[in-house]
Amino acid sequence: MATITLTVNGKSRMANTDPTTPLLYVLRDDLELNGPRFGCGLSQCGACTVIVNGAAVRSCTLPVSSAQGKSVTTLEGLGSVAHPHALQKAFVEEQAAQCGFCMNGILMNAKVLLDKNPNPSVAQIKQALANVLCRCGSHLRVIRAIQRAAREKA
Amino acid sequence: MERKTISRRELLKGTGALVVSFSLWSPVSRAFGQTANPANVEPEATSLDSWLAVAADGTVTVSTSKVDLGTGVVTALSQIVAEELDVPFHQIHMETGDTSQTIDQAATVGSATIERGGPQLRQAAAAARQELLKLAAASLQTPVEKLTVSDGVVSVAGDSSKKISYAGLIGGRRFNVRITATGTGGAMKVAPEVTAKDPKSYKIVGTSAPRVDLPPKFTGEFTYTADVRVPGMLHGRVVRPPTVNTKPASVDEGSIQDIAGVVKVVQEGSFVGVVAQTEWAAIQAARKLKVTWSAAENKYPSTKEEVFDYLRNTKSARDQTVVSRGNPDAAISQAGKTFEATYHWPFQLHGMLGPSCAVADVRGNGATIWAGSQGTFNTRKQVADLLGLPEKSVRVSYRESAGCYGRLSPDDVPLDAALMSRAVGKPVRVQWMRDDEHGWEPKGPAQLLTVRAAVDGRGKVTAWDFIDRSFPWTENGSPLLAARQTGHKPAGAGLANGTGGGGQIYNFENQKVVAAMIPWMWPDPMPLRTSNLRAPGDVARSFASETAMDEIASSVGADPVAFRLRYLTDQRIIDVLNAAATRAQWSARPSPARATSGSTASGRGVAVANRGETMTASIAEVEVDKTSGKVTVKRVTLAQDCGLIVNPDGVKNQIEGNVNQGVSRTLLEELKFDASGIKSLDWVSYPILHFPDIPEIEIELLDRKDLPALGSGEPSLVSVPAAIANAVFDAVGVRLREVPMTPERVLAALKSGATTSQLQPVG
Repeated sequence: MATITLTVNGKSRMANTDPTTPLLYVLRDDLELNGPRFGCGLSQCGACTVIVNGAAVRSCTLPVSSAQGKSVTTLEGLGSVAHPHALQKAFVEEQAAQCGFCMNGILMNAKVLLDKNPNPSVAQIKQALANVLCRCGSHLRVIRAIQRAAREKA
Repeated sequence: MERKTISRRELLKGTGALVVSFSLWSPVSRAFGQTANPANVEPEATSLDSWLAVAADGTVTVSTSKVDLGTGVVTALSQIVAEELDVPFHQIHMETGDTSQTIDQAATVGSATIERGGPQLRQAAAAARQELLKLAAASLQTPVEKLTVSDGVVSVAGDSSKKISYAGLIGGRRFNVRITATGTGGAMKVAPEVTAKDPKSYKIVGTSAPRVDLPPKFTGEFTYTADVRVPGMLHGRVVRPPTVNTKPASVDEGSIQDIAGVVKVVQEGSFVGVVAQTEWAAIQAARKLKVTWSAAENKYPSTKEEVFDYLRNTKSARDQTVVSRGNPDAAISQAGKTFEATYHWPFQLHGMLGPSCAVADVRGNGATIWAGSQGTFNTRKQVADLLGLPEKSVRVSYRESAGCYGRLSPDDVPLDAALMSRAVGKPVRVQWMRDDEHGWEPKGPAQLLTVRAAVDGRGKVTAWDFIDRSFPWTENGSPLLAARQTGHKPAGAGLANGTGGGGQIYNFENQKVVAAMIPWMWPDPMPLRTSNLRAPGDVARSFASETAMDEIASSVGADPVAFRLRYLTDQRIIDVLNAAATRAQWSARPSPARATSGSTASGRGVAVANRGETMTASIAEVEVDKTSGKVTVKRVTLAQDCGLIVNPDGVKNQIEGNVNQGVSRTLLEELKFDASGIKSLDWVSYPILHFPDIPEIEIELLDRKDLPALGSGEPSLVSVPAAIANAVFDAVGVRLREVPMTPERVLAALKSGATTSQLQPVG
């Protein structure tokens, strides 16, 4: 066991845990953050994505010890129903989901994309989400929502 | 945007009308220990209070066993109730899928929620409105005929100063009114004696009300099954056998003694699981636990060819003949030209993005289960049978899972969680790992489909003989995985894989359409288990029948749309086909398109379908890379008539999803297995459609206010695969009669050219 200190959504948090534990389980089970989701545990689907020091990272395979001292943003860090981020607002406006289980991965990757490229083309959006899986088939709405967020942020 | 989450029972609790209320998180001993209370009222279909309650603040809480699987039905059902009651949409709160609080209206399956569950709730709401008007008439001392309702306020026509709200009439109190309810489940008729509104006056139904569940899904505030946390909850993982039909000969607990936090290795019969204090400890322990498995008792098919040979050569256990007209055999034997082709559909996965998960709290003589089951009452029975408890002692409370497309119709994981919770006497959350889900989910069955047809000298189809040879759904109606592992026997061969899509949409003078159920070769077919997969069976049957129609059209030099119109008789499907053709700017000509010299070829294909009386037509436009064999679907135009449309954007969302799943299943998806078990155990070995390959989607909705609202969750999937196959033929002149149309298969077909369809002259 080890005490790991992380900055999560701007706040310093501590977890007393096995340092090999993937970050996902610390965020979900110890910090009770439901944004990052378990989809595959294999870095294949993207449902567990969080932003670590500005980069989209698959938290299901990242040992929590690797995130020691780093700044982690989860979906909750973007905004809330009461105070949504531009992306979250745009996703509601475009009704861009069905079951929504993949949305954490999509939104976190979209956030990183827009941070780097505030006005992405459709091809760039598809490329940024190329390794994020959505099974319900909400892809076109997702693309429209990201474009809308880009427009409304501009 | 925050929706009220107070339960109907909690609403009523404060009134003294109903004394017992479950606290959601109360331990089972409390929940069940105190429910033996004479004041406890089990939901009854004939009690209006069992369907809905009006709170003091005007919120209307509606109880239904129908659940949202991520398709938006709860929003649509809310619209139906709001419309009938004349209350604002946002004042409706739906309480769904809790076996202790809802009437069993049947599981959420088969696109039947709006079609069947909708009228049940509508009639309950109409009965409530009628009762509220009676109360208002007394309160306002005005005859009912002179009252109007707007936004939950009853007023006197012509004198708006005389008014009273629903909340003022009954807020927080029970109706204590009996209504009629006959039949059970989806066939239940609720309050048929009450006249509901004329759909022409609808103001809320028919609008694209935004989904009530979406905002918190974008922020992490939504509670999925996987997010349920109960005080004292432990984490469990299952340890499935590496090969089929084996038993744990020995379990070496010493192999995990170095993992901190392991609470118990649970072994019952062939079931093995690990319970630990943390999720990570449970995962590691389940991976590391050394189990020696016995030799497999039954041989498992090693190739798909073996499976298809078995389907071809095995006697059907049950033939469902859906059309039998004239004498197709005689017509085919006498015909100038005949057509015969066989089509193959593989085992496919539901592929839930989040694997199965449930929380069980089994203590004393009761159990509480939090699950994503499509039918919580089915799960209640499964768990009760497993634990040897009366059904009333088991409460299953619904929490949404990842989209499941039929997979959670037989929901396995609550049984795993129940066994583990009983073993440790504490609540246990069990989540399957990705290989558990891919490996052990019940698959959509493989199907082998044959079409024979006869064509006369003028190019007219004179006979059609269609047979689908399909495995049944082994897991529907039988004990589920953990129950089988603990000695419960299957109830029978399983349920048949549906009958739609075999060409019965057309009218031929000699016509036979048969769906044959081929039973499994082994008594206990694990893990090649099967169940209903979205539009079950229809997708493969329609792939075969609509490809065959295209093959025949091509052979007689007919335009594929015009050719279909010759044999369609139902005006609704004719309208849908014409609407799709117009929207896609279809230009009439036979397939294939004129050959081009470049490395890519383009084509278009059409297909139609009727699933549950919802009519769809798909037109696919594809590009085929002749060098690599890769098929890219560029655009799908889909027209649909699903009767009266409750929520147009919700319907479009379903269609978009179905088109993308249809493309994915047609081009990419095939379960791999060999004699040792399932080999598609992750998203690399079972790829699905990725963002860069999605098509553009054009949707044409035909709103039919003169018809009842019909299902929309599945039908638009059905016509997509054949439209793609036909477009590929149009592009490159070769037929793909097996799904998925991988680059390897397309290249092989291009090389052999042998799949080019031609009618065979007799003799």
